[in-house]
Amino acid sequence: MKKNESYEEFIKGVWRDNPVFAQVLGMCPMLAVTNSAINAVAMGMATLFVLVGSSFLVSSFRNWIPKQVRISCFIIIIATFVTIADYTLLALVPKVHKELGAFIPLIVANCLILGRQEAFASRYPTRLAVMDAIGMAVGFLVALLSLGIVREILGDGALFGVKLFSENFEPWVIMILPPGGFLTLGVILLFFNWFKFKKDEFLEDVAEAERSGS
Amino acid sequence: MTTDTIKQAAPPSSLRLVLTLAIAGLISGIAIIGIYESTLPTITANKARELREAVFKVLPGVSQMQALVYRDGELITVEKPDKDEPVIYGGYDEAHEFVGYAMPAAGPGFQDTIAILYGYKPGEKQVVGMEVLESRETPGLGDKIYKDAVWVGGFSALSVEPEIVAVKKGTKSKPNEIDAITGATISSKAVVRIINEAHTAWTGKLPPAGSEPPLRETETASTEAGQ
Repeated sequence: MKKNESYEEFIKGVWRDNPVFAQVLGMCPMLAVTNSAINAVAMGMATLFVLVGSSFLVSSFRNWIPKQVRISCFIIIIATFVTIADYTLLALVPKVHKELGAFIPLIVANCLILGRQEAFASRYPTRLAVMDAIGMAVGFLVALLSLGIVREILGDGALFGVKLFSENFEPWVIMILPPGGFLTLGVILLFFNWFKFKKDEFLEDVAEAERSGS
Repeated sequence: MTTDTIKQAAPPSSLRLVLTLAIAGLISGIAIIGIYESTLPTITANKARELREAVFKVLPGVSQMQALVYRDGELITVEKPDKDEPVIYGGYDEAHEFVGYAMPAAGPGFQDTIAILYGYKPGEKQVVGMEVLESRETPGLGDKIYKDAVWVGGFSALSVEPEIVAVKKGTKSKPNEIDAITGATISSKAVVRIINEAHTAWTGKLPPAGSEPPLRETETASTEAGQ
């Protein structure tokens, strides 16, 4: 039972309540840094680190933090983790850090992270909070990566910097420019909602069949 | 249970709120100082290595470098340049003979400031290499100023007399002309303008060819130790 509970918190972030496809949160980094797969991975990992770290702390101290100053406390915790991620990336992968630029410090303002602290981590035990954070962060990473892969392949003819096509491939430059982000995100959201719609329709059909059967 | 109910009912004192935030801020501050101190050596080393690589790229044949600044009417070697002081780098070969200068320069591009480093040989009055250090030019178009090998290669022997001129692709006819990039005219002209401006600013400050500051031995030792 315990296992299932953790698994449920994890999987809901990855798919059903995916922060990008279902909740449409964190659009700013989503559109800005997904022009290549490697940038998407770096952004996703940085967000994962910040989200899991702050969820763990917020959940551990949830009985100590007075309600009146909780948002300020969450922001202090999040900002500390973001600064740690910022310096670590700068030291380990300076090239990626340069590409992501201002969007690393801007993780502080990612409403996905503050939203999880307020809605989940500050109300549930640490184990569930961490599972929820990992699920949400993986969901965010999956979303970033699916945009990054599509945009890099079409816009640059490459994947993770490896050229896929011959010289004859004319890259769709627009895909790595900002409009490409909106186009790709729109198509992916369309697909996600179509899928959800079909699934609901199917479940309704099943329910109806059961009712008429009994 | 009773204590819990009381705690819930009465709002916490202001002192408790202030203390909570102060303690959170203090711990956060300590954590940030910790990460800053522990990553600083790596970050500084990365930056120094990047600079060395760029200098060696724009000045072929160079194996030693030292920072030079213009103070009191002459170009002198410095261990550590002051902040905001314009610095250029002298490049020297294996035999410690002067090869050329690596000059950092920056100026407005199409999107944002373009920062470049170019190699200059005063004896031949030629630019011998160019490397873009920082730019936010449009991907696929303006970013050709560092991705287009033909354009970057065009800076390997470019005369600065009277000044560098970017011309339409395929029409280069004089030693001071360079073929601009098709589709990135503004960005390529910006790079040329940045070099011209930096060249004009430094011309009067560089010593006559042949009397450049010699390589300082201490500097050599420290750069070799840093490798």
